[in-house]
Amino acid sequence: MHSFSYRANALLTFAVTILALVCAMASLSDNLNSPYPSSQIQILSFNWFQKQPRGNDEVRLTMNITADLRSLFTWNTKQVFVFVAAEYRTAKNALNQVSLWDAIIPAKDHAMFWIQTANKYRFVDQGSNLRGKEFNLTLHWHVMPKTGKMFANKLVMSGYRLPEEYR
Amino acid sequence: MGLIGDTVDSIKSIQVRQLLTQAVSLGMIVTSALIIWKALMCITGSESPVVVVLSGSMEPGFKRGDILFLHMNKDPIRAGEIVVFNVDGREIPIVHRVIKVHERQDTGEVEVLTKGDNNYGDDRLLYAQGQLWLNRNHIMGRAVGFLPYVGWVTIVMTEKPIIKYILIGALGLLVITSKD
Repeated sequence: MHSFSYRANALLTFAVTILALVCAMASLSDNLNSPYPSSQIQILSFNWFQKQPRGNDEVRLTMNITADLRSLFTWNTKQVFVFVAAEYRTAKNALNQVSLWDAIIPAKDHAMFWIQTANKYRFVDQGSNLRGKEFNLTLHWHVMPKTGKMFANKLVMSGYRLPEEYR
Repeated sequence: MGLIGDTVDSIKSIQVRQLLTQAVSLGMIVTSALIIWKALMCITGSESPVVVVLSGSMEPGFKRGDILFLHMNKDPIRAGEIVVFNVDGREIPIVHRVIKVHERQDTGEVEVLTKGDNNYGDDRLLYAQGQLWLNRNHIMGRAVGFLPYVGWVTIVMTEKPIIKYILIGALGLLVITSKD
């Protein structure tokens, strides 16, 4: 009954159980955190606004992103993935989400930032609907934990409008 | 008597009834594992509820050998979600993040574009020839949970099959020779 293999087995089972329990508790403890992130995005200029040869509108713009995401970080946070997406409706599509810029925030020290950037990914519509189009800029974040459940949320900023004419 | 002597003795002393009990308990282990896996498939709605990360394209978020828990439901796909998708003509599913979504007004169908966090460009090069967007039917699930390192077990076993056989053999021997 008390052979070596039994003891080894019991020890291993116990160790794995404890480890699983600690991981579960670490992940559950994330629920105690109620974050209050804030952000502001300004569009400085539309640098390019044309219809592609294929018929889709393309925009290039420069924006100013300010954000304070420090409250998202807990002891179980490995990194926060943050991105800004342009969101708008067209006659054809009920929802268009186009990611314009993203970043990985590795630690709390870097979670309050200010950046002036052009769009990193191409802002291309499906069709030619962007002239004078109102759109939202949404700051999304995706909290990646050291272990356990991942969290995601967003801040919607509305009231942006594209130029009426190509330039 | 050492460990080996004990083992030999216990093999010698096997009787038919004991052998049957052991066969049944082995069957129980295998079937309960199968039941758990199938139950997870039902609960998560994904054909593979757990996947192992094989590439570094999502580093530093997900490293090779981490495992992801997938979930699939009717909720629409949105930008930022990490999805697992199959591309026609590729056997191994890919885990990447959605960066663009276009959802049709009339049919509700979605066209999405994905990208690995650690990759420079988007995934159009990984898609089938001429494919610009992924549709709903390509997507197997979205990642909801994460556990580090555990997937190394399966990576080691698929890349070094000898270890798999040694492990199965040792476990089988343990089951046969255990006394209760």
